[in-house]
Amino acid sequence: MADTPKPEELAGIDYLPPLFRGWINEPAQIRPGIYCYAAKPKNLDYVGMPNAREWNPVDDDWKLPENWKEIILDGIRERLEKFRSFKLFMDICVRCGACADKCHFFIGSGDPKNMPVLRAELLRSIYRKNFTVGGKIFGILAGARDLTEDVLKELWYYLYQCTECRRCSLFCPYGIDTAEITMMGRELINLLGLNIDWIAAPVANCYRTGNHLGIQPHAYKDMMDFFTDEIEEITNIKVEPSFNRKGAEILFITPSGDVFADPGTYTCMGYMMLFHYLQEQGLDITWSTYASEGGNFGYFTSHEMAKRLNAKMYAEAERLGVKWILGGECGHMWRILNQYMDTWNGPPDFLEEPVSPITGTKFENAKTTKMVHITEFTADLIKHNKLKLDPSRNDHLVMTYHDSCNTARGMGIFEEPRYVINNVCNNFYEMPPETIREQTFCCGSGAGLNAGEDMELRMRGGLPRANAVKHVHEKHGVNMLACICAIDRAVLTSSMEYWVPEVNVTGVHELVGNALVFEGEGERTTDLRGEPLAGMEEEEDV
Amino acid sequence: MNFILGILISSIAVTIIVLIPLLGVGAWNLYTLFGIIIPYAAMATFFIGIVVKVIGWGRSPVPFRIPTTAGQQWSLPWIKPSPIDNPKTTMGVVVRMIFEVLTFRSLFRNTRLEYRRTEGGPKLDYEWEKWLWLAALVFHYCFLVIFLRHFRFFLEPVPGFVSLLESLDGFMQMGVLPIIGFGLPGVYLTDMLLMAALTYLFLRRIYIHQTRYISLPADYFPLFLLLALGTTGLLMRHFLRVDITAVKELAIGLFKFSPDPKILSGIGVLFYIHLFIVCVLIAYFPFSKLMHFAGIFLSPTRNLSNNSRFVRHVNPWNYPVKTHTYEEYEDEFREPMIEAGLPVEKGAESTGETEEAESGEKE
Amino acid sequence: MDLENFLINNRSNIIKKWRGVILASYPEGSQRFLAKEKSRFANPVGHVIDRDIETLYDELVKGEVIDKITSCLDNIIRIRAVQDFKPSHAISFVLGLKKVVREELEGSPVENGLWGQLQAFETRVDEVVLLAFDIFSQCRQKICDIRVNEVKNQVGRLLERANLVCEIPENEADI
Repeated sequence: MADTPKPEELAGIDYLPPLFRGWINEPAQIRPGIYCYAAKPKNLDYVGMPNAREWNPVDDDWKLPENWKEIILDGIRERLEKFRSFKLFMDICVRCGACADKCHFFIGSGDPKNMPVLRAELLRSIYRKNFTVGGKIFGILAGARDLTEDVLKELWYYLYQCTECRRCSLFCPYGIDTAEITMMGRELINLLGLNIDWIAAPVANCYRTGNHLGIQPHAYKDMMDFFTDEIEEITNIKVEPSFNRKGAEILFITPSGDVFADPGTYTCMGYMMLFHYLQEQGLDITWSTYASEGGNFGYFTSHEMAKRLNAKMYAEAERLGVKWILGGECGHMWRILNQYMDTWNGPPDFLEEPVSPITGTKFENAKTTKMVHITEFTADLIKHNKLKLDPSRNDHLVMTYHDSCNTARGMGIFEEPRYVINNVCNNFYEMPPETIREQTFCCGSGAGLNAGEDMELRMRGGLPRANAVKHVHEKHGVNMLACICAIDRAVLTSSMEYWVPEVNVTGVHELVGNALVFEGEGERTTDLRGEPLAGMEEEEDV
Repeated sequence: MNFILGILISSIAVTIIVLIPLLGVGAWNLYTLFGIIIPYAAMATFFIGIVVKVIGWGRSPVPFRIPTTAGQQWSLPWIKPSPIDNPKTTMGVVVRMIFEVLTFRSLFRNTRLEYRRTEGGPKLDYEWEKWLWLAALVFHYCFLVIFLRHFRFFLEPVPGFVSLLESLDGFMQMGVLPIIGFGLPGVYLTDMLLMAALTYLFLRRIYIHQTRYISLPADYFPLFLLLALGTTGLLMRHFLRVDITAVKELAIGLFKFSPDPKILSGIGVLFYIHLFIVCVLIAYFPFSKLMHFAGIFLSPTRNLSNNSRFVRHVNPWNYPVKTHTYEEYEDEFREPMIEAGLPVEKGAESTGETEEAESGEKE
Repeated sequence: MDLENFLINNRSNIIKKWRGVILASYPEGSQRFLAKEKSRFANPVGHVIDRDIETLYDELVKGEVIDKITSCLDNIIRIRAVQDFKPSHAISFVLGLKKVVREELEGSPVENGLWGQLQAFETRVDEVVLLAFDIFSQCRQKICDIRVNEVKNQVGRLLERANLVCEIPENEADI
């Protein structure tokens, strides 16, 4: 028999560790499908980020500024002085490996440099060489290495393979947070103009037009008008959202993804219906085209950029003279609102402590930030029986719920969305406990990695989450995955399409919109997506 | 760094550390150097090093409140919050830190449901996820007990709690076992556990590919150093006894800053090896990952409460930034805004298109 | 001796070695994790490999049920299609089975009188490789589709609303 090529030859085991080599001297290979395209100079220039230029990650020459090493080292020095977290996390890791297998990118890719500890070590090795006595004396023996172009490229490659989901930090005995390290690393990389365009473009857009997609105010309103028509078609109810209206009691801010990308658009319709429903009961709320973005891609660039974009929220609230702000379903938006906003741009003394105009509930947990999460708001309404709901309208859906990383580990909002879902749906099943709540798996595309060119990376990263969804799909017939994050809604849709095509993705308020019973509304035969309701399939055909 | 090289280098380093006092005291009789000068230098390095390091950390502010929330937030009154995993108050943080420091709670979090596969029968070769946690806990507590037991050598009279610890720790009295010479005095449980835990922590580093991949000489070195420390301690206790009275005299003298050089030569060389390893360990301490013992208390993801929505957190270096104001925004988009019927601050003053735009409310 | 019986009797051994071949294609730093971590949620990759090569093997030995073979292959290749493999590496694990089986068969197949049966078995394996190639291509195609869909979804509605695109209305004649 003819010799078939040996499997090892074919399988071409790429990775054979030479006896005396380790990760420290294995340069990274930048692969297509994993890396994101470089930031276009115009997007960096628009917001005044340094060293904007045309460059390509797969080129040998990244056209770095001449003094790039100095810039990075000065940048590290500055951040060590400014952030205790950074200084501490550079020093205290014992490499116990507890975090190693907690990262969705490691789980999905099997690439050992995706272990959170190693991603941090990439930066630590530079820190040791330049800022510690031991590293200077013992060099590689102390895990220190020189900052070379190869090292910089490796760092860049892996900084954009972290979604800042903080799952590793949960398991770290010292609370070392890789998200924090990635944020510092990205700040440093940005000093050299090495952002990715998927982050840089939304940042520039958001700065200019108020939202990531660069939607101009009239188009924003136009889109909402379109939703108004759709809602009317399905429910016979004409909702009337208002924009930039001075003197309203509440300002509503949600990610622009809800307005322009399916399936977030249905969530947006859900908000609009809820607000319309409550109008009679005294809700006085306005949308804004200037602060038309809840998300903040600046956060994936630098603290300063994040602050610059975030400033619009309070500025707009002050200009419009509202009493408090209601925030839509978004992940990193809420980590920022919870942990950064007041510190950056507060105190918002011109606002009042949030009180629900319908139930009179004081949101004491938002006393200084003056911003309430919409699921807190809705859960409170349901608890006080202020909404007439018909959960059977969601009977065609078998639900599960994905905790978004940022709201889970950077805020802790677990029960509110579940309470809402359980009141508007009849079929709800949890995924296995080690994949939800504080242990939730990332969607795989957060922190600005939801570009198209890195689809393989996203699919790998999304595998652990999709795998758990697949489990409940097979076990309970789950066909809808709910979440409270705009990035989730966009990217889990793709992840599901690849891994579990039978499951769709929804926001929680789309479900609320489906279940909400208006007075004088027409009989509903479809949900907001135009899908026939349970038991209505035949009528559709008539 | 390759693990073979890492282990090799670390073991060579530890061997040299053992050889130095062996030669220095055993061959060249440098008693004062190894008995007095080096211990003082090491202690000075230890204390000054730690203080400098901790102050260094402390000097950097905590600009943002970034606890890792591991439980339900405090929100609506009828939703049960998780006061420890998502602390709202300082009290909650204190409890969280106590759990973290005393029980290594985050490490324990590694709970897993076991979904075992069957292959012609149940598979039983699964690993218990808690070994790391257990070994770490055993090591740290044993080290603490052994450290406290050593107070017997520093304090006169020996405090009651030290004697109590000793008798509790020695309850096993493995001395009754048949091995002659092992019987005097009783073997301490913590000694055995410490060595076992250290050995496990070392083997685990090599055995588990992930940790092998990430381990540096700086990870093997302290383990080897501690193993050498434990071995010399055990040797002294059970096999090659040294003059305990002299040791105690020296130790008390050192702590009173009046060590008596005359007693130095009466103590066996093994003691000096033991002492030198301790000196290296504590001198190395402030420059190494061992500083995690102090770092954990300062860790911002653990020692802050999740209250930044209702108590303002101030960033000491907060500075004003350039933003894109509403005025700039409206200036750019005024025409289309008016056309779309969106309210504006200033009318379109420049051209006569205003009326046209306002009257023509076309979709 | 009968090859099918041999393959059934040595099932666990062959599967174990075959699994070893697949795991060896991953970086050294993560092989043990993939092999040892038993939780199907903490280690989906290892779990899928474990589970599906068993079924794949059984179906190959019996030489039946193409559907099952397809679904098992799909589970494994769907993962490998997004990992750091060249296309040939992503599917070559199937061929690994041939070598494992030959190694397990002590002595030459000619002497054992298994030559014909072995050839038939290896032909089946080759067919599965072709199937694997199809599946791999489908997975890659899916990824391209998803890319396109995302772009469409991001700008589609916007273009529509801005009246930049004009679609032919459906069922014009009915009106």
